[in-house]
Amino acid sequence: MSLLSARNIRFARGGRPILDGVDLSVGAGECVGLIGPNGAGKSTLLSVMAGLLKADGAVALDDRPLEQWPRAERARRIGFLEQGANCHWPLTVERVVTLGRLPHASPWGGEAEADRAAIARAMQQCDVTHFAERSVTSLSGGERARVMLARALAGDPAVLLADEPAAGLDPYHQLQVMELLAGLAAGGMAVVVVLHDLTLALRHCTRLCLLDEAGKVAADTAPADLLDSGALGRVYGIELVRGGHEGAPFALPWRRLPVEMRA
Amino acid sequence: MTATTQDIRAQCRGRGAQAAGHSGLALLLLLILFPILLTASFLIGPADVPAVDLLSGLFSGQASPAALIAFEIRLPRALLGALVGAGLGMAGAALQGYLRNPLAEPSLIGASSSASLGAVLAIYFGLSATAPLALPVAGMLGAALAMLLIQGLAGRDASVLMLILAGLAVQTLAGSLTSLALNLAPNPHAALEIAFWLLGSLTDRTNDHLLVAAPFIIAGILVLGGSGRALDALGLGERTAGSMGVDLNRLRWRIIIGTVLSVGAAVAVTGSIGFVGLVVPHLLRRVTGNQPSRLLWPSALAGACLLLTADILVRLLPTNDELKLGVVTGLIGAPFFFHLLLKTRERMR
Repeated sequence: MSLLSARNIRFARGGRPILDGVDLSVGAGECVGLIGPNGAGKSTLLSVMAGLLKADGAVALDDRPLEQWPRAERARRIGFLEQGANCHWPLTVERVVTLGRLPHASPWGGEAEADRAAIARAMQQCDVTHFAERSVTSLSGGERARVMLARALAGDPAVLLADEPAAGLDPYHQLQVMELLAGLAAGGMAVVVVLHDLTLALRHCTRLCLLDEAGKVAADTAPADLLDSGALGRVYGIELVRGGHEGAPFALPWRRLPVEMRA
Repeated sequence: MTATTQDIRAQCRGRGAQAAGHSGLALLLLLILFPILLTASFLIGPADVPAVDLLSGLFSGQASPAALIAFEIRLPRALLGALVGAGLGMAGAALQGYLRNPLAEPSLIGASSSASLGAVLAIYFGLSATAPLALPVAGMLGAALAMLLIQGLAGRDASVLMLILAGLAVQTLAGSLTSLALNLAPNPHAALEIAFWLLGSLTDRTNDHLLVAAPFIIAGILVLGGSGRALDALGLGERTAGSMGVDLNRLRWRIIIGTVLSVGAAVAVTGSIGFVGLVVPHLLRRVTGNQPSRLLWPSALAGACLLLTADILVRLLPTNDELKLGVVTGLIGAPFFFHLLLKTRERMR
């Protein structure tokens, strides 16, 4: 059963359709990779699914329309990790992660036992505990990305929507973040993650949703099937070199296709 | 639960308590300092009345000269100083949190000068003499226009530069319109009155001033004081704040209305007193761990303390004419602004 589902989403900006009748749903235990060329509407779709952007169509959380959910309750169920997330103030790492408990906060009370447990767990999961006292503005890009992910996880969401959490990270930290997301999904969370790196997407996601430049879903299937269908190469306009390692398929972008062969 | 998780949690608690301790200590110091300064402000003045007489006059209810001075002059001055300082401090902290910019301040974004303009017009056209409420209302209208103009000019995602420039534009406009009122003043006496009023002061403010301004300033402080959590979330970016359940539209109106109420009403009765909202949050930022929510109430308290101190200073300094309060806060604040700019420049290098 799907936890969060978007049906027939249409969104246009300046007369140009960004999303044109997109369907996407995610259930508990799934790590769905949202991929597609630049400008295909991946981030827009994620914002719509998070309830941050109004679009035509229907988004439902637990089969109940998203707009019927009270703001705070929706914030408790859906975690959202903004692209290039950052903190404007030089707060300590622990304070930033603590902010993730905001949707759970009572109007007057301080931190409860459950809050502290969730904060400690999120910091441990994202491997940021050893620099909990450092200022978030003094961190490297990789460290900061993990802190921001910890902030989103501290809210104990059932659904996590992450917009390019691996962008700008070195391979080690890219793998670290993706392994964490895949692990969270394996633990019962519903994860949708926007990715540009096809290798990471094919390796770590349970399902891939490929958006094309017209804002339509070109494919929504398991990574291996997506590779077999040839849709990836057509939509991106590239030639892929395919291979396998340890029984899992991978693909390397090799060269651009001539313009007339692009989808 | 594993031992390591327990360790981490214990550590977290310890650290949390430590950080809270710092801001708690600062708040405690301010809480001790505030009543002392309030009392000092009440006891100090040009008329050499013994403290005992003033206090007994205040509490006995007898119609002695000392009681008159205590009730009609000293009390409104001290209370108004505390309230105006608190309003300006809170507005500064809230604006900085909302605009995510440590240089934001009611006077720098033109809210104060526009409120002055509103009040000057109310004085100029004699409205303040016929209807006591006209003064704060005109001040708030001026502040409201400035806030809306800044919104329109700079937008919410404005850069520091755009914000400062928009503030400058609004200030210039309000300043020249104020000058126009001075220029066209019916007689030299009226012009002098407006000019003196513009310098910002708590001198000769009566209980009437206190009564018309206090409800608005207090309402503004309460409106802004409730925005802490939303401001914390906003520090992580608008979209993230939205995903955490913050209603951004509501927050924007909250900040606008709170600033208009507190700054508009404060400036309307005291004249423009600048830089309190800039200096105070900056001094407190480190002890509050840079968190916008922890900065709000301490800033209100510290703003009150700062203004009371400055107002005590102007009465103690042996000058021929009493220095105007706005002049003193400007003299303290402007170097501070230079200091902040230098720091910003270093960061940009």
